[in-house]
Amino acid sequence: MTATTSSDIATLERSTPKTIGGMRRFVSNPWGRPRFLAGFTWLYIVWSIAPVVIAVQISFNAGRSRSVFQGFSLQWYEGIFDPTSVNYDASLLSALFQSLRLSLITMPIATILGVGLAIGLARWRGRGSGAANTLMLFPLVTPELVMGTGLFLIFVNLFDALVKLGTTAQILGLVTFSISYVVIVTRGRLFAIGRDLEEAAMDLGASPAGALRRVLLPLLAPAIFSSAFIVFAITIDDFVISQFLCIADCTTIPMKIYAAARNAGNPGLNAIATIMLFTSLFAVACAVLILRRYNRRHGSSSSAVEDFARLEI
Amino acid sequence: MPTPTGDVVGQRRWYYPLMAFPGIAWLLVLFILPFFAIAAVAFGQLDPIFNASVPTWNPLEWDFTAFGQVVDELVSGGPAQLLFVRTLIYVGIAVSLCIAIGYPVAYYVARHGGRSKVLLLTLMIAPFWMSYLMRMLAWVNLLNDRPDDPGLVNAILVATPFFDAPVNWAAGETAHMTVILGLVYGYIPFFILPLYAALDRIDRSQLEAARDLGGRPGSTFWRVTLPLSRQGILAGTVIIMLPMFGDYYTPDLMSAQNKTRIIGNQISEYIRSSAGRAPQGASLTLLLSAFVGVLMIYYLVSVARASKEARR
Repeated sequence: MTATTSSDIATLERSTPKTIGGMRRFVSNPWGRPRFLAGFTWLYIVWSIAPVVIAVQISFNAGRSRSVFQGFSLQWYEGIFDPTSVNYDASLLSALFQSLRLSLITMPIATILGVGLAIGLARWRGRGSGAANTLMLFPLVTPELVMGTGLFLIFVNLFDALVKLGTTAQILGLVTFSISYVVIVTRGRLFAIGRDLEEAAMDLGASPAGALRRVLLPLLAPAIFSSAFIVFAITIDDFVISQFLCIADCTTIPMKIYAAARNAGNPGLNAIATIMLFTSLFAVACAVLILRRYNRRHGSSSSAVEDFARLEI
Repeated sequence: MPTPTGDVVGQRRWYYPLMAFPGIAWLLVLFILPFFAIAAVAFGQLDPIFNASVPTWNPLEWDFTAFGQVVDELVSGGPAQLLFVRTLIYVGIAVSLCIAIGYPVAYYVARHGGRSKVLLLTLMIAPFWMSYLMRMLAWVNLLNDRPDDPGLVNAILVATPFFDAPVNWAAGETAHMTVILGLVYGYIPFFILPLYAALDRIDRSQLEAARDLGGRPGSTFWRVTLPLSRQGILAGTVIIMLPMFGDYYTPDLMSAQNKTRIIGNQISEYIRSSAGRAPQGASLTLLLSAFVGVLMIYYLVSVARASKEARR
């Protein structure tokens, strides 16, 4: 079969005019640029981005339509922030505040717990460390519906004297949901740093706490900041856990979208969604830039974007 | 003066577990304990007067009546069975479409991305960090069928000679299709990224070897690239299947029809209902977790087997 193939190609290339030979080379050379795949990929990207771009454009609509762009206007943003505007909807602003409040409070708690967990798990080789490593992975793969159900039932039935459903319960749930992301990001850096520097510090007389504070934490700083921004981005977008742990006065932006999307609303919903979109994209951009600066300084070969592409595995 | 190393080793033994402790304790109380709460409600009692669920915390006193009813209903073809089957069909079709669309895209970016690789990756990752709900809202806007304010899709269709009136995508024959579109659109970025990583890891020299040994591009793909990327397909499939089985907001947003309800809708409705359906909801959650757990174990086992084969 091998012989036939190569002689086939050889015959073809010798006997056919240039254009057909070129096409044949294009088909048979896996290192050439496959135009069909390129077109397909760009089509996919347009399909995946364009609906969101259109939704953002609608938020600047001069009319009430959520489908047709009738000219540029900021009236729907005024409707969020300006109580004197005719489009003013107090529920949009309170949803924005609730989303920001949840993300900003969840961010430091999840980051501190996750960094501690990551360092502890990476350096601790005793009984129980294997189980703890497995435990840490489960929140990443458990469907949020199952987590939300469990958290709802435990807050209603067991902790009801301590924590009522609402902002506090939402924060506790969101921290649980996001700890594992911090561990994954931080652990990657920990393996890259290795333990030599820390051990050198301790051989020179530093206590474990001193080595941690003066050697390891400064080296980990980029991973810590970048995981904090990731926590912010995933909690501001979170829907299921926030919804399960809320009864009243704790509506977030995604919950507002869920409740209002199918109604005949106005572009105000798109405006609030756009604010959330740019807030979380900004947070992720910060995370990428921090990692990229770190990579450049340490001569890492892969780009930060590629690191991010591998993050979820 | 004692050697510092001896002291340090002694101190380090408790030092690192101590750092991990707060995180572990948090996960035990707010991740593991909630699973126990689901069981306690599923196998608990109902207050006959207020219809409120009374969880049974002692496993020795668990009562399996409500759970048994739910299992009966699933086996004997009750409404819950229909929801489960519909969930399986939706997830099956959506995952197949994700593979069919996602594989060529991941393959192109990993192998032929070239200079535009970072741009392509950035554009591919962007939806990953956009709120899922906002992305569904975008489609709700596009598919809108109000005669006075049709969405872009309907506006284009009505402009063609084939359609006289906007199509109501959320209802009728097209409702299932619309929900599946929502699922594919929502989850496909999560499928493409692990697959991209797997394809990107493939050593070029193996493809060159296949070519040098006379393999045609087609057979090189089928016999080298595809087997080497199987792990990535599997990882991507499981990663999108798990949240799809727990989805209830995609059908609600894209269609909100009775005929597009899936198992997640039933669970979220039962759990929060005041009509005393919490034990049923918790039982369904347990069954769903068991089903999803099988999927996770299958995934972990096949990953382990593949790495063993790679070492041989």
